[in-house]
Amino acid sequence: MTRISVKVDGTAYEDEVEPRLLLVHYLRDRLGLTGTPVGCDTTNCGACMVDLDGKSVKSCSVLAVQADGGEVTTIQGLASADGEWHPLQRAFHEQHALQCGFCTPGMIMAARDLLRENPDPTPEEVREGLEGNLCRCTGYMNIVRAVLAAAAEERRHQAPEPGAVAEHAEPSTAGSGAPV
Amino acid sequence: MIPASFEYARPRTVEEAVGQLALAGEEAKVLAGGQSLLPILRMRLAFPELLVDVGRIPGLRGVRTDGDTLVIGALTSHHDVVHDPLVRRHAGLLAAATATVADPAVRHRGTIGGSLAHADPAGDVPAAVLALDAELVVQGPDGRRSVPAREFFTDYLQTALRPDELLVEVRVPKADAWGFHYEKFQLSAQAWAVVGVAALVRRDDGRIVESRVGLSNMGPTPVRATACEEALAGADAAPDAVASAADSAAEGTRPASDLSASAEYREHLARVLTRRAVLAAADLT
Repeated sequence: MTRISVKVDGTAYEDEVEPRLLLVHYLRDRLGLTGTPVGCDTTNCGACMVDLDGKSVKSCSVLAVQADGGEVTTIQGLASADGEWHPLQRAFHEQHALQCGFCTPGMIMAARDLLRENPDPTPEEVREGLEGNLCRCTGYMNIVRAVLAAAAEERRHQAPEPGAVAEHAEPSTAGSGAPV
Repeated sequence: MIPASFEYARPRTVEEAVGQLALAGEEAKVLAGGQSLLPILRMRLAFPELLVDVGRIPGLRGVRTDGDTLVIGALTSHHDVVHDPLVRRHAGLLAAATATVADPAVRHRGTIGGSLAHADPAGDVPAAVLALDAELVVQGPDGRRSVPAREFFTDYLQTALRPDELLVEVRVPKADAWGFHYEKFQLSAQAWAVVGVAALVRRDDGRIVESRVGLSNMGPTPVRATACEEALAGADAAPDAVASAADSAAEGTRPASDLSASAEYREHLARVLTRRAVLAAADLT
């Protein structure tokens, strides 16, 4: 067993884990955060995507021990404290970007990462940004629409704060992409 | 699925990692980003007794220049390789090939060193590194040695790395004067290459002075299309001459037949994709 400490959706946890425990199972089975589903279990589908230290990762392909000392954000950490949805959650709802909903947590986490690097993507860039996420209801059209709508809304509402630095933005976009 | 049990070590230095690898011998596997290793463990295709997690060893991440050489730390993520200004300036082929690896989340975790040490011939990074004539620096109990990329890949998923050695950096001769292109044929957006072609071309006005062509998934290791390279040396920088040279791209290769493609189809793809890659690298499109 290995001792890990990790912050998930703002709460700090300390746990003894088997080294082979995957991050997604740690989140679901140990912490009860079942908003992150297990999809394909082969690093393909992206349903289990979470944010680890500012970057999207497939949590079925990260060991819990690799997240030791890190900070994880799941789909359950996106809404504000008063329960108001994240702009991406709202846009997915409004644009009918989900049918069965299984891929949605991963789609939103991937889209959030994409918009952090590129706050004003083209439809093509959205598709490329979501290439690691599969939707088997074939809802891609509406998913792309939702991401573009959320991007537009965030650009409207988030004027760049002076001195704000995006978590891992490119130099060309530094200062214009405040963390989502 | 859940991986079989293993012991876990998290060394703080390369020396400590090498010591742990030496002690465990063939029973240990190195864990970096884990984007190749963890799927293998989950599918129970491997049963290492020990994972040596080198992911936090300082000094193995990042890109710098050393004279005419670009030095890339083995732990540099694909994402960082793709976006690094030094890589883009001096080894654009590597950035282009790496940008096609899997998907953004995998590129966040996966590392250049892991991709090379895993040595999947269908990978995109090995063919690019081979075309760039890179040197791979490995460290073992007796210190460091440098292995040319041409000698590094020895068989399917096999490399010149000994069980007690760690790949620590990739040294790429700056290729500023070369045009480049990576052409990949895949069956779905995030899939491995059915065939990939990493091309570098150096032109002198109307002539191709020199070319280097690395092939992904045309055999148990990434390979150079040497017959094509020879045919291109001194050839007219013209579509007909490139097409004629590209006809020899599959010579000497040993592609597999599998669910994605037959060997014959892969040979066909190698010729077609090489023509496209060289035309693009020679700025003839």
